[in-house]
Amino acid sequence: MDFDLSDEQRLLKESVDRLILDQYQFQQRNKYMTEPGGFSAAMWSRFAEQGLLGLPFPEALGGFGGGAIETMIVTEAFGRGLVVEPYFATVILAGGLLRRAADPALLALLVPQITAGKLKLAFGHVERHSRYDLANVTTTARKDGAEFVLNGGKSVVLHGDAADKILLTARISGAQMDRAGIGLFLLDAGAPGLSRRGYPTQDGLRAAEITLHDVRATVLSDAALPLIEHAVDEAIAALCAEAVGTMQAMHDLTLEYLKTRKQFGRPIGSFQVLQHRSVDMLVALEQARSMAMFAAVMAAEENPVERRRAIAAAKVQIGRSGRHIGQEAVQLHGGIGMTMEYSVGHYFKRMTMIDQLYGDADQHLASLARLGGLFGATG
Amino acid sequence: MDLNFTDEERAFREEARRFFRTAVPESIRAKVAEGEGLTRDDMITSQRILNQHGWATPNWPVEWGGKAWSPVQVYLYQDEMQQANVPAPIPFNVSMVGPVIAQFASQEVKQRFLPMTANADIFWCQGFSEPGSGSDLASLRTRAERNGEKYIVNGQKIWTTLAQYADWIFCLVRTDTTAKQQEGISFLLIDMKTPGITVRPIITIDGGREVNEVFFDNVEVPAENLVGQENKGWDYAKFLLGNERTGIARVGASKAKIARIKELAAIERSGDLPLIEDPKFREKLAAVEIELKALEMTQLRVVADERKLEKGRQNPASSILKLKGSVIQQQLTELVMEVVGPYAMPFQRDFDGRNEPVVGPEYATEAAPMYFNYRKVSIYGGSNEIQRNIIAKAILGL
Repeated sequence: MDFDLSDEQRLLKESVDRLILDQYQFQQRNKYMTEPGGFSAAMWSRFAEQGLLGLPFPEALGGFGGGAIETMIVTEAFGRGLVVEPYFATVILAGGLLRRAADPALLALLVPQITAGKLKLAFGHVERHSRYDLANVTTTARKDGAEFVLNGGKSVVLHGDAADKILLTARISGAQMDRAGIGLFLLDAGAPGLSRRGYPTQDGLRAAEITLHDVRATVLSDAALPLIEHAVDEAIAALCAEAVGTMQAMHDLTLEYLKTRKQFGRPIGSFQVLQHRSVDMLVALEQARSMAMFAAVMAAEENPVERRRAIAAAKVQIGRSGRHIGQEAVQLHGGIGMTMEYSVGHYFKRMTMIDQLYGDADQHLASLARLGGLFGATG
Repeated sequence: MDLNFTDEERAFREEARRFFRTAVPESIRAKVAEGEGLTRDDMITSQRILNQHGWATPNWPVEWGGKAWSPVQVYLYQDEMQQANVPAPIPFNVSMVGPVIAQFASQEVKQRFLPMTANADIFWCQGFSEPGSGSDLASLRTRAERNGEKYIVNGQKIWTTLAQYADWIFCLVRTDTTAKQQEGISFLLIDMKTPGITVRPIITIDGGREVNEVFFDNVEVPAENLVGQENKGWDYAKFLLGNERTGIARVGASKAKIARIKELAAIERSGDLPLIEDPKFREKLAAVEIELKALEMTQLRVVADERKLEKGRQNPASSILKLKGSVIQQQLTELVMEVVGPYAMPFQRDFDGRNEPVVGPEYATEAAPMYFNYRKVSIYGGSNEIQRNIIAKAILGL
């Protein structure tokens, strides 16, 4: 039992931390957001050069061969930097799906393009009334020869406007909420009949509404839900780590502010009421960090129930700690925390949106409760 | 990063689990599970069983019966002991006065006290707090005046846990009234049978008698009962309070409580369903389980880190163990009480034990008293507000 990083992981951490420190100060990040597509093409190339875009792919395909711990290291640093590039959508989410669903020939074709920064991906699954239920799918896939014909649409597809190819779910058979009959499809963004409308999200990232009208596509998996659930659980673990980076940044900023902001002739951090609230932020942060580590370790668990319990528990902790730390960080900063020009509000917004992604705290709490909780009934 | 224990550690966990669940009588463990008070005999019996096995004082120096276990082994020992509902060895003996004597007392005092302390042949209590000195402990005023080969002690201690069982008390006393507060305090061992000592019970809101007032009226204490040097008592007290940082989270005990809640909530009913299937109830429980899992992970991070830290340095994460651990313990006692519903109501004991026939299920009788009693855990050992002051200063630099 240890929490140490291997030498290789330590090197990865040093290089990513350095990248964020040098290239991802708050002002730099704001500049990246104004570039075409809402992120920095130069930074995307930089990620490719440092091997980050190949992080979860096998070394045989030119990837880094990393697992959930490597992902945790990278996304935690990205959380501190409030990274706006489509890393989560392309590498974590779509990467996780492709690793599980694509055949070797397709992987051999796509992975080198992804790692070189030449292929961006997105995953569409949200529909108007699906909320967080991955099995709730009304978009249809009708078999036509070797291909399928897709009709319907997907909402809030993260980085769906920047993606060159789009993965999405469509129902091949069954009723709207059946677990069976869900296919995972890979579409060219320019496929005839596919239209999309991109827009900014609250946290400075991008998303798109996608509509499908008689779009022809090949299926990656026609019983895709279990593999999608595993990929999404891995993605949640990555989000948890990103959230820890975000919370750490808010905690650090707030602490610094308490030490430097003076009122009534002394630093406001000398007031006990603010000290105690700051301690409660630290407690929330450390609890979240612990659960993000737990999620990273459990993300690879093949038993879906055990994995689900752990990931659900982690997402609840992250959601609750994140909301507490975010609200307190703004409050303790006072007026400056309310402004667009200062960073803390942007961390708060990213943290808030992380809770809204892939199930909020309430939804995961209900899910964990249905599974009987984390600890057994007999000690 | 690897959360798996080594083969040796897993074997050690198995050995601990087997030992705690077979060697310590079921009757004692059931009382702990239900939150019933233990008798003096229960505590002594349990500690002697541990001591015979060499497991009463693992935290002591090896020459005095310590085990020099790794931080992981200490963690597993505590976790298994707590999950088995085995009473911890008398904390005043094993966690408090024992290590202070072993570290600071003369060889003679060590030989005189340590073996008897390990075997619970002496039952110790702790004389620190005073009516005017709670969180501000260093302001204590109980006076010990040197008179030849004796100290004459006058004053009062309060919140003295289990003083009614104790053979001896270890006290912080003021030996120099002119020095700075912290520099005029000494650490004195006093036989509770000495003339001039009066113990008066304080009944707490649960109806139990755990704590007492202890009065000293011209109590004569041999000077040889001084631990270490005169006026250095504050240093020894800080050493004492700094020990046992990880066990304080009581993660294992909370795991046992969750297991018990799940058993009881499967018996109790909510409409057509067992209470455990009531979505609202099980979400409340799951929420505490998540906090506990996070705390367990935090504790493991501290344990893993202890292997690397030089002795005495503190992992920042360790500071949250008491804060969070106390609140979780309290939340679980709330849930036990909620599980038993209206059967929380009957008040079935006074401070000496039950005085009424049991109303409703046996397991319901301690539910409310335990809830009331556990409000103490965020007050004792430095209240959670004091813990926040300490963290703000020591870790956040505020």
